[in-house]
Amino acid sequence: MSKITIPFGPQHPALKEPENFMLVLEGEQITSAGINLGYNHRGMEKAAEGRTYIQNLYLIERVCGICSHSHTTTYITNVEELAKAEVPQRALAIRTLFAELERVHSHLLWLGVAGYEMGFETLFMYTWRDREQVLDCLELLSGNRVHYSINTLGGVRRDITAEQKAEVLKRIKYLEERTQYYIKLATQEPTVLARTANVGKLPYDVAIERGAVGPTARASGVARDVRKDDPYLLYAQLDFNLITHNTNDVFGRLVVRALELVESYKIINQVLNNLPEGPVAVKVPMKVAPGECVNHYEAPRGEDIHYLKSNGTDKPERLKVRAPTLANLQSVAYMLEGGWLADVPLVIAAIDPCMSCTDRAAVWNPKKGKTEVYSWEEMRKLGIEQYKRRGVDFSRL
Amino acid sequence: MESILPLAYILIFPGFLFLAVYGLYLQWVDRKLCAVMQNRMGPPWIQPYADFIKLLAKEVIVPDAATNKTMFRVLPFFAMAAVMTALISIPVWTPAALFSFQGDMVVVIYLLTIPTVTFFLAGWSSSSPYSTVGSMRVLTQLFAYEVPLMLSLIGPAILAGTWNISEISAFFAAHPALIPAQLLGFLAALVALQGKLERMPFDIPHAKNEIVGGQFTEYSGRLFGFFCLAVDMELVVGAALVNAVFLGGSLGFAGAAGLAVFLGKTLFITFLLALLKVLMARIRIEQMINFCWKYLAPVAMAQVAFDIFLKYRIG
Repeated sequence: MSKITIPFGPQHPALKEPENFMLVLEGEQITSAGINLGYNHRGMEKAAEGRTYIQNLYLIERVCGICSHSHTTTYITNVEELAKAEVPQRALAIRTLFAELERVHSHLLWLGVAGYEMGFETLFMYTWRDREQVLDCLELLSGNRVHYSINTLGGVRRDITAEQKAEVLKRIKYLEERTQYYIKLATQEPTVLARTANVGKLPYDVAIERGAVGPTARASGVARDVRKDDPYLLYAQLDFNLITHNTNDVFGRLVVRALELVESYKIINQVLNNLPEGPVAVKVPMKVAPGECVNHYEAPRGEDIHYLKSNGTDKPERLKVRAPTLANLQSVAYMLEGGWLADVPLVIAAIDPCMSCTDRAAVWNPKKGKTEVYSWEEMRKLGIEQYKRRGVDFSRL
Repeated sequence: MESILPLAYILIFPGFLFLAVYGLYLQWVDRKLCAVMQNRMGPPWIQPYADFIKLLAKEVIVPDAATNKTMFRVLPFFAMAAVMTALISIPVWTPAALFSFQGDMVVVIYLLTIPTVTFFLAGWSSSSPYSTVGSMRVLTQLFAYEVPLMLSLIGPAILAGTWNISEISAFFAAHPALIPAQLLGFLAALVALQGKLERMPFDIPHAKNEIVGGQFTEYSGRLFGFFCLAVDMELVVGAALVNAVFLGGSLGFAGAAGLAVFLGKTLFITFLLALLKVLMARIRIEQMINFCWKYLAPVAMAQVAFDIFLKYRIG
């Protein structure tokens, strides 16, 4: 049978964000897969350099629609470390609470997306209905469903009242019951098992070699979780388990995420029942002393890394974001090869991709079927030429 | 009058108009049932009609790369015509079909295979990568469900001792006690019908997450509308066939009562098909073939064997 090349994206029903996978098919089986990034470059890192630290909070929140709290927390931790600010314990607790509510919201969303990609729309509808509970919690606590904007320089914007605490605990209890049902469903429903078991294999060695992070790595037996390896916020004081699974496939990723939900409920209960007293924010000067800082954070999708360089003004000199999807995309090419076309959406979805957060690399597709990466010199040359055409000469800069 | 009546049968009832209206209605019933089972609102009853009328008004785009543009345009009508023709030999509101003859079951099965073949040709002639993969899946799937479907229909035919659908349903209407004995075959036929109608979990040829619109990717406007209508009509005809062969057709009633029985039973079959749709995840094409040959065909065979035994016992 002759080989067919199928473009999977940038516009495709299975992809919520523009990304391109070129699949070479032999019948129904994939012989090779290529990934092209760069359809959604938004120049956020550059934009951050022109804004103050406070303004950047709201920009960084929009790196990702789902991990909005992850990105702002990583960023704000960097700023606070450079500014040597002492964040109150209560603020840290509220940040931890939001981090876990976000994980619950993200993992439930993922369960639904996985259901949809395997053609199980009922699972999709059910999980997204239940996800409303946690979104309501977030709205109750912060005023917003997705971009909570709870972080501020030196603490958090809002405190939690006793009524809010009771309401959140009530909803979390309901979600705990539902999650038990989903765990049962995911591990017993024959068609779900048929679609996920032995699909998108990522052996332990390959996961290490390709630097997989988050649930993708943990489903390959790699015990890698920033919350345990390098505890931040209040995680050092909390009691929760690191979930790993050793099936190395989509089923493992499903189980890891479902069981992590249970751990998240545990954490939320612990944090809410032991909220430290005190203020929720301290004053931090607008200007930050010169320095460099790197921080990492366990986002729902994996390790999120931010680098920040300050120069003594109220604006950062350089901000670099490494979203977890970029780390996991290297594994996707491996997982796709030799698999079935029918499994492509599920395998891609199984890393819980967040393409728009990832796309800040410049990759250029000059001719059909050929991809080139710009070097720094080429990028600079292109920029100078571009502006020359507009009448500005930057070549002597 | 004598010459107008057959024309009315073909164009109005139970032909084109009835099939179109009832097919779109069943589409709504199916969507609404799924929505309720999935905890959603679902569309209003007018939605399928509005969709169809909207599609009729839309521009038809024939791809430049289409290998045979005439065929590309004609195929939806072929599919629809084959489905409509099949209904003429299946009893609807009377104990006997309009044009029944010995061996009409074979003809109906053959006519119901034509839409599938047109789906394949439609995908193949669009020559887009998604359509090509989709049309290959259409044919692969055809070889998976067709045999179990035929096997399951053979059981009642053997028991009734005829290849005439009307006589089979008359036989079951006369011996209602034998209907529960066909349970295995009935279920096998329902599952195979689900595969024939390319509905979840067997909507592999046009699995939207994988190959966008599958064989219909390049179809638009009126042509796409008629393909959709043909699929909806196929649901009615498929349900009518299963009803006539396994559930005793109109149970001996005629006229309005017969029609009520027909509508009630096709709605029940649609409910069962909707239930199948929401219960499972879409399976892969090779899993579908394995399932159909390893489990579905033996189940249908067991029913045939049981029917032969039953026939021997009751004489």
